[in-house]
Amino acid sequence: MIPVKFDYLAPTSVEEAISALGQHGDDAKILAGGQSLLPVLRMRLNAPEVVIDLGGISSLRGIRDDGDAIVIGAMTTHHDVRDDHLVKEHALLLSKAAAEVADSQIRHRGTFGGALAHADPAGDLGAPALALGAQFVIAGPGGTRTVEASDFFVDLFETAIGDDEILTEVRIPKHTGWGAHYEKFVRVAHQWPIVAVAATVKGSIDEARIGLTNMGSTPLRATASEQALAGASATEDGVRAAADLAAEGTNPPSDLNGAADYRQHLARVLTGRAVLKAAGV
Amino acid sequence: MTATQDRPAAEIGKDRRRKEDQRLITGRTRWTDNITLPGMLHLAMVRSPFAHATITSIDVEAAKASPNVVAVLSGKDFGDELGVCINAWPITPDQKTPAHSPMPADRVAFAGEVVAVVVARSAAEARDAAELVDVEYEELPAVVGIKKALEDQVLAHPDLGTNKSALWVFDSSEAGTGGDVEAAIAEARTNGIVIEREYRQQRLIPAFMEPRSVVVDPTGEQITMWSATQIPHILRFALAATTGVPESKIRVIAPDVGGGFGGKLQTTPEEWIAWAVARRLSKPVKYTETRSESLLAAHHGRDQVQMLTLAADKDGKVTGFKVHLDADLGAYIAIVGGGVPVLGAFMFNAIYKFPSYRFECQTVLTNTTFTDAYRGAGRPEATYAVERLMDELAAEVGVDPLEIRERNWITHEEFPFTTVAGLEYDSGNYEAATAKAKESFGYDALRAEQKERRERGDRVQLGIGVSTFTEMCGLAPSRVLGSLDYGAGGWEHASVRMLATGKVEIVTGASAHGQGHETAFSQIVADRLGVPFEDVEVLHGDTQIAHKGLDTYGSRSLVVGGEALVRAVDKVIEKAKHLAAHLLEANADDLDYTAGRFSVRGTDQGVTIQELSTAAFAAHNYPEDMEPSLDADATYDPVNFNYPHGTHLCAMEVDTETGAVKMRKYTCCDDIGVIINPLIVAGQVHGGLVQGIAQALWEEAVHDEAGTLVSGSFVDYLLPTSADTISFDVVHTDEPSVCTTNTLGTKGVGEAGTIASTPAVVNAVVDAVRHLGVHDIQMPCTPERVWRAIHANDGDAPTPEAAMPHFEEGALNQDEGAGQ
Ligand SMILES: Cc1cc2nc3c(=O)[nH]c(=O)nc-3n(C[C@H](O)[C@H](O)[C@H](O)COP(=O)(O)OP(=O)(O)OC[C@H]3O[C@@H](n4cnc5c(N)ncnc54)[C@H](O)[C@@H]3O)c2cc1C
Repeated sequence: MIPVKFDYLAPTSVEEAISALGQHGDDAKILAGGQSLLPVLRMRLNAPEVVIDLGGISSLRGIRDDGDAIVIGAMTTHHDVRDDHLVKEHALLLSKAAAEVADSQIRHRGTFGGALAHADPAGDLGAPALALGAQFVIAGPGGTRTVEASDFFVDLFETAIGDDEILTEVRIPKHTGWGAHYEKFVRVAHQWPIVAVAATVKGSIDEARIGLTNMGSTPLRATASEQALAGASATEDGVRAAADLAAEGTNPPSDLNGAADYRQHLARVLTGRAVLKAAGV
Repeated sequence: MTATQDRPAAEIGKDRRRKEDQRLITGRTRWTDNITLPGMLHLAMVRSPFAHATITSIDVEAAKASPNVVAVLSGKDFGDELGVCINAWPITPDQKTPAHSPMPADRVAFAGEVVAVVVARSAAEARDAAELVDVEYEELPAVVGIKKALEDQVLAHPDLGTNKSALWVFDSSEAGTGGDVEAAIAEARTNGIVIEREYRQQRLIPAFMEPRSVVVDPTGEQITMWSATQIPHILRFALAATTGVPESKIRVIAPDVGGGFGGKLQTTPEEWIAWAVARRLSKPVKYTETRSESLLAAHHGRDQVQMLTLAADKDGKVTGFKVHLDADLGAYIAIVGGGVPVLGAFMFNAIYKFPSYRFECQTVLTNTTFTDAYRGAGRPEATYAVERLMDELAAEVGVDPLEIRERNWITHEEFPFTTVAGLEYDSGNYEAATAKAKESFGYDALRAEQKERRERGDRVQLGIGVSTFTEMCGLAPSRVLGSLDYGAGGWEHASVRMLATGKVEIVTGASAHGQGHETAFSQIVADRLGVPFEDVEVLHGDTQIAHKGLDTYGSRSLVVGGEALVRAVDKVIEKAKHLAAHLLEANADDLDYTAGRFSVRGTDQGVTIQELSTAAFAAHNYPEDMEPSLDADATYDPVNFNYPHGTHLCAMEVDTETGAVKMRKYTCCDDIGVIINPLIVAGQVHGGLVQGIAQALWEEAVHDEAGTLVSGSFVDYLLPTSADTISFDVVHTDEPSVCTTNTLGTKGVGEAGTIASTPAVVNAVVDAVRHLGVHDIQMPCTPERVWRAIHANDGDAPTPEAAMPHFEEGALNQDEGAGQ
């Protein structure tokens, strides 16, 4: 369908983008890869007067090493996140999850920052970012601030990014050498998950970090399972017993793809599988 | 009858790449939406958000004031010139048929119905203004779902007094084609086996790739409509019949059309509205629907509840089959609406020798999108019911599902065979197709693996599903259609035009929308006429060029249209022979016709058909008793349907922990008679399989209680992609059972894969978990449904009941809220 008419701005710097945002306020929308925004515009679920395209800001693209963290520019595509050697080495979980996002065409367009800013609870990148303790660098008229993952996801499609701010980059603390697996459960390929589990483990198992996708209005940590796994040995039975705690404190939706109780069951099963695979069992 | 060629077929049987594909795939062609006419205006529809409501007022002022808006019109702005949407197949004389205006002025009966149309200079401006049309509704209670509709508490159309539209019955004892089914059931209750099941055919959306689009040009004497339709000829007839414009003043063109699957076998409200607006404003107009509109308002398919009673003796020999269907028509009775389930009436007995049979179909009206043909139309539903039940019977008797079928099927020596539904199957060989499929599938090894996994208690269980299907296709003998009160015949027309340069134009009334007619028909003509494949051009889809025809659906194009073509070609050859004899100064009886050349037997004298074509054009020298033309027409009315059949075998893996299912292997051995182009056949089979598999596993159109379509985008209406399917093992019998009622010996293949595959897949899923106490899983077999079925009895998955094997008052074989 045809979107409502809008003006198009293509700033070449973050400052320019922020000042454009400031100028147009509520009437403006940021455009990253457009893979979520354009469907929304085309279905006329939203009708901004101005669209500010971040595509021309080269500083937002790319991945760099920053000591104890790697830093992923907001405009880095899913495809680049998946294939990047720094990501593979220090945050393998992200590479695995990015590989599971949609299909190849969408992975070449959609961006890491766009997906996280969009904050779809069924999106594949929130849970791994949360599990890895990502820090979100947000720029606004007053400068730059950093928000912890646990504070970043506020609700369905809602984050800590203010109306006059943009997400510029995401710092991922290094998890060098951690095993990782993203277990995504779908009905058809190239779709958002019914439930997915992002698991990364150190050793087998010194420490486990587990994120849950689509088990509530934001990405969630499977804290009880993480605690049960810390220091446990990676046996099938042990892991499954810990995974049985994965649905604690979750509040998943009920829809055509599954009722809440089924999703909780899936979370338990998939957590077991994800952890076992991450641990290389 | 004629001097057709005796040279071996060079083209028929050849894997020709489709000559239409380059333009279709690149899109550099004439799709309806690509057509732009001078001064053309664009339409946007205003649709009702309510499933059932009275229209109290429509305020168009703001929309009219919107930039570049030319007009905003609603139902009350039009009189008779708007016409009506027709139902061409009233299935009973007392069928209750609601009046169906393309744009009702007073009351809407489904969410998505058009209440106003905006006309603007661009599509974007029309869309913007459509949002400014302020319609006030008074909501009425909506009836959604078959069971609710049958209660007749809430009425879809209060003026009709009931939701029950028609009851259509066939009984073999009344028809004289078999015995009394009630007696067979009574006998089986005491001495045999009775299986009672309720199956649900969920509602599906045809989801063709090209959205529907229509352009109307009223300039000049004749009004032209381009439409993304399967049925240009029927469309032209219906426009004439309902809008008062003489048929001779109407030209309908279906340019390249991007898929239909029955979904474009319709005369649509949007076409009628575009027609009326163009005439009102005397301007060309275009309307192209959005994908959302397509899912919402283009007709849906299937949607039945089937109550089935199968009676058999203790050995599993079926003695009777009783079928009661309730079929959801939606809000109106679409062009073939109620006829779709009736097409299934003749197929529930499938390939079997059932001695008694009764079929009842109750059609009901609801406040949902109207339903009509979708690939297979009636026959997938029938095949699903009987093939699911044959597996259940096998389980009851304790034998292999293939064994139970063999005990009941028509053996190859018994053809031609008149079935309990009164059809005469001309040819078939179920034994051969089954043997070949079994071998190619590796049946025994997979059964052994299944056993091993069961014994091991493997988390992933393996199931094998069987579907031995047949279908009636090639719609249709006109007299049969007449006896069923269908509104048209089933013949097809073809013309052959021999051009001055020796090239050949063939004109067919079958209107391809992706099937590959241009290639296959060229192959037929190349062989039969003896001209190069490249010299044949196929024309179709324009009522001014292909002036007669009944279009493409029901696997009819090749078997009916192809036969018409053969007959026209034979007439050309006959004429050419006369001319050849004259030019060669020989006796016609002394002429041989080989490889496109007439030669005088025993000499080296001869003339090619292409030279004769030039000679006929020049007309300098031709016999007194002949017109200077080789062109010929033929109209062919089939004497019977044809009956392709096949054995489909499917292996599914079921993850018992999550309910996820995965296809492991799929083999089909289809016997479709003579194959013109194996590559096209493979394409039809692959595509058909995926659509049938998708019904089993993924697709379902769901309305909520208020009648809102919940699965209104491809995020919720799950279409598979290549990533969801496996590479199918497609084989054919070594000695096909040639169709005896057409010259080419061909049978239809367009719907075969869809008809056969759905029960094969569900049978496999059920087979994988039958040992866990599962008898049925409702379609689509979502992981959740499979998981609930497996754990229905162990307290793991408390609600809802996944399977309800026997009839009980109020107990449905379906989830709560799933379209009911
Ligand atoms: C068919 C299809 C299938 C898909 N399947 C999946 C899937 O399986 N898993 C999955 O995770 N995702 C899926 N997606 C979504 C995809 O990952 C998107 O790329 C992603 O959600 C959004 O990223 P984007 O760069 O396209 O952002 P956009 O669509 O451009 O923007 C999304 C939203 O974020 C805002 N935004 C973007 N960047 C910034 C920024 N730097 N600062 C502040 N706000 C910003 C925008 O204003 C907008 O509201 C699918 C999309 C499609 C079309």
